[in-house]
Amino acid sequence: MNKASIVVIGAGISGLSSAYNLAKKGIKDIVVIDKAYITSGSTGRCGAGVRQQWGTKLNCILAKKSIDFFAHAKEDLGYEKDIEFKQEGYLILSTSKEEDEEFDKNVKIQNSIGIPSKKLSVEEALKIVPHLNPKSFTSASFCKTDGHVNPFLMSEAYYLAARKLGVKFYFFEEVKEIVVVNNKIQKVITDKQVILTDKVVNAAGSFAREVGEMAGVEIPVFSENHEILVTEPTRELQGPMVMSFSKNIYCQQVPHGSFLMGRSNPNALHNHDISSSWQFLDEMSKTVCHFLPEVGKLRVIRTWGGSYNLSPDHQPFISDTETLPGYFMACGYSGHGFMFAPITGELISGMVLGEKLDDYAKDLNIKRLIDNKFTDFEKSVV
Amino acid sequence: MSKKDIIICRCEDVTLEDVHKCLEQGYTTFEEIKRILRVGMGPCQGQTCSQLIQKEIAKYLGKNVEDVKTQKTRPLVTGVKLQDIADSEDE
Repeated sequence: MNKASIVVIGAGISGLSSAYNLAKKGIKDIVVIDKAYITSGSTGRCGAGVRQQWGTKLNCILAKKSIDFFAHAKEDLGYEKDIEFKQEGYLILSTSKEEDEEFDKNVKIQNSIGIPSKKLSVEEALKIVPHLNPKSFTSASFCKTDGHVNPFLMSEAYYLAARKLGVKFYFFEEVKEIVVVNNKIQKVITDKQVILTDKVVNAAGSFAREVGEMAGVEIPVFSENHEILVTEPTRELQGPMVMSFSKNIYCQQVPHGSFLMGRSNPNALHNHDISSSWQFLDEMSKTVCHFLPEVGKLRVIRTWGGSYNLSPDHQPFISDTETLPGYFMACGYSGHGFMFAPITGELISGMVLGEKLDDYAKDLNIKRLIDNKFTDFEKSVV
Repeated sequence: MSKKDIIICRCEDVTLEDVHKCLEQGYTTFEEIKRILRVGMGPCQGQTCSQLIQKEIAKYLGKNVEDVKTQKTRPLVTGVKLQDIADSEDE
């Protein structure tokens, strides 16, 4: 029977970052299991944006620490290819007085921890994205160090670095059971093998709730489909991600030249559906043509869907489990697991090793909800 | 002809050598190779490269080509301008 000091379930960005950080800190016999391959779930379907402009201090801290890592990730991980880190900012549009006031508050929180965001007038925003419809917004907030990272290549960078440090990967293998006896994890059973272990990291993304149930751990998250589309590549046209929470859009030109854009469906069901709908295509086209008429001239070449794994307060659980020692989770990112991956790995590895963590980490614990202590609620989400 | 000069995916300029490197690294499904090399992500959405890559995967794994999984296809079938979709009305 195989043995592991810890089994990480899920080879998306959270699992990969956790495995890498654990290995870097000297842990041996780490196993990562995925029912398909790296980035086969939500990571490989995400919008590829990385931002620090959040409404809760907790999300701001996680984002800033992660961006700081992306800046030297290639060197740290010894990756041969380019992770396509582009820092041309996020321009977030406000469309009402209420939203404008909300952004004032947000920018204050962001600045308080050193995120260089600021409010912009319509004229100032137009200098950064000249093809914006000037009548479509009333003001904006901008952070020049936000931007883009390629999710596939960033994941591969973590994967190769983890493999080099001795982490073992099992792909196309599905975890079926986590055996717990007398409140102790005993083994993980997949459709191909049994692995003896006393520690598990639930990095199952969209399936976090199910992987919680396998060990009798209740995790209050659910998944819903979020659709995206991509256009043909074109000349360099737009530096920053353009976003509006109130009008439900994010739209960025990636270094490759294509535009990625998405919006949420307020009627999305809580399930694992990731299909494409014509309604999305219709609404997305109308929304983008309203804000960015120039982008409307581009051809759509593909639409797809991916799961958001939503927590009740739109902030993640990066947490141990009081009721089950050895059970750790990184889930409930509410659509932002990719951009928080670097700090996720650092925190998970710290928790596993029993390190003393920074004070903010206690708010990532799943207890914040069980104790009914809502820390904060993140509204800055598309 | 050198593997470097054989273009497998014209949309993303991917050569046979790139594909073989990927296979040797252990990426042996179209979906995995797509995520690393962008094959099938361009304007033709894999209409040319998917069968070529399927054959390469089959050869590498010693399988029959019909036993190699094809890639996931998604709408749209052909590129359409966002503006044309925004302007269209059913009524």
